[in-house]
Amino acid sequence: MFSTLLADYRQLMRDGLWDNNVVMAQMLALCPLLAVTTSATNGLGMGLASTAVLIASNLLISSLRHLISPDVRIPVFVLLIAMLVTLVDLFMNAWLYELHKALGLFIPLIVTNCAILARAESFASRQPVHRAFMDGVAMGIGFTLILVLLGAVREIPGSGTLFADARLLLGEGFAWMELTLIEDYRGFLLMILPPGAFLAMGFILAGKRVLDQRRQAAHSASAA
Amino acid sequence: MSTTFFSRYHHRISYQVILLGTIGLLASTALVIADLLTREEIALRQAEDFRATLEQVLPPEIHDNQPQDERHLLLLKDGSTLPIYRARLDGRVSGVAFQVRGRGYAGPIEILMGVDASGQLLGVRVLRHTETPGLGDKIEVARDPWVLTFNGLSLGKPPLSAWAVKKDGGQFDQFTGATITPRAVVQAVRDGLILFQNHQADMLQRAAEED
Repeated sequence: MFSTLLADYRQLMRDGLWDNNVVMAQMLALCPLLAVTTSATNGLGMGLASTAVLIASNLLISSLRHLISPDVRIPVFVLLIAMLVTLVDLFMNAWLYELHKALGLFIPLIVTNCAILARAESFASRQPVHRAFMDGVAMGIGFTLILVLLGAVREIPGSGTLFADARLLLGEGFAWMELTLIEDYRGFLLMILPPGAFLAMGFILAGKRVLDQRRQAAHSASAA
Repeated sequence: MSTTFFSRYHHRISYQVILLGTIGLLASTALVIADLLTREEIALRQAEDFRATLEQVLPPEIHDNQPQDERHLLLLKDGSTLPIYRARLDGRVSGVAFQVRGRGYAGPIEILMGVDASGQLLGVRVLRHTETPGLGDKIEVARDPWVLTFNGLSLGKPPLSAWAVKKDGGQFDQFTGATITPRAVVQAVRDGLILFQNHQADMLQRAAEED
């Protein structure tokens, strides 16, 4: 019983991180992704905030799933997600003010994150609460990883740094994360501007395809 | 999973109306409660934030009052009003802080600047802006010390013609990939100093009557 549960969670994690990744497989949430990933730190901030909302929304919608009539489910989901985002925004503004100053720009953007609605629709509304929770965690981490990866890929050639201003997001204890990789670098503006986001995203998607194809080829070769 | 007590009613219009209404009501109730719970705290945080910024542009050495409590509306010569905050030492106005606005790359840049009685800049801080993250946001003191280069400057030092970014022949550094943002800040601060000069007597309450 316990081991099947664990295997199930591992599968959910695998889906979230790679096989069914929000960005790389489902191609969702590209709007906030391309907009905020000018640095790895911004990506991390957006990822953490989205993960929090995703977990909360999955939990809430999964616990109400028997009540929600399929005919009106979409307005109900939208209402609940918008409420959650506003609540998170208000509470962070009041009690986590420093973090809110760093993340404040990103929180309203989460409402436009279709990945959250997609998880509500295709997973949380049909699954028990514990699985919906795990799915939220896995999808959230998968999304965060891609945000940080894309942020880093753009930040390194774009401004020659990595995790610049991480201390503003995570506190003074994380100042060690801020790396200047290229001293006196003049910057490569294209990577910071939106076209750089599309370019970098294209290469990341292509990379995933290549890896998946290799894995599949190796799999079928070993089977044959 | 599909046959629960409620699923029998799922397709009835009346059930759907009541469901949507209830969820809407609950969501609005939650938001109203959250707003009431946090409103005071948020206002407090923002006031603290503003006070901290005010403290940076009006250093404690030059005043023994609470500048944030000394808010006055100054009537400008063009008929508009400008809120100013006065710093006093032994009752005499030793400096003022006021907001100016620059036109940045992506929207207005709200700047708070502090000027001492002789017209020298005590400090410049950006309160709000929407400049490009990673490029224009170096005007924030937390990200870059650039904005500190204004300290101690005044209209004569450097001369008016040098109040511009280097690209425009002035003395202020621009940022790589962002010239419009620092240009807007330099211009706004310069205009603020000119405004101070034009209203110096009013600002410092050196005129015969109080406002």
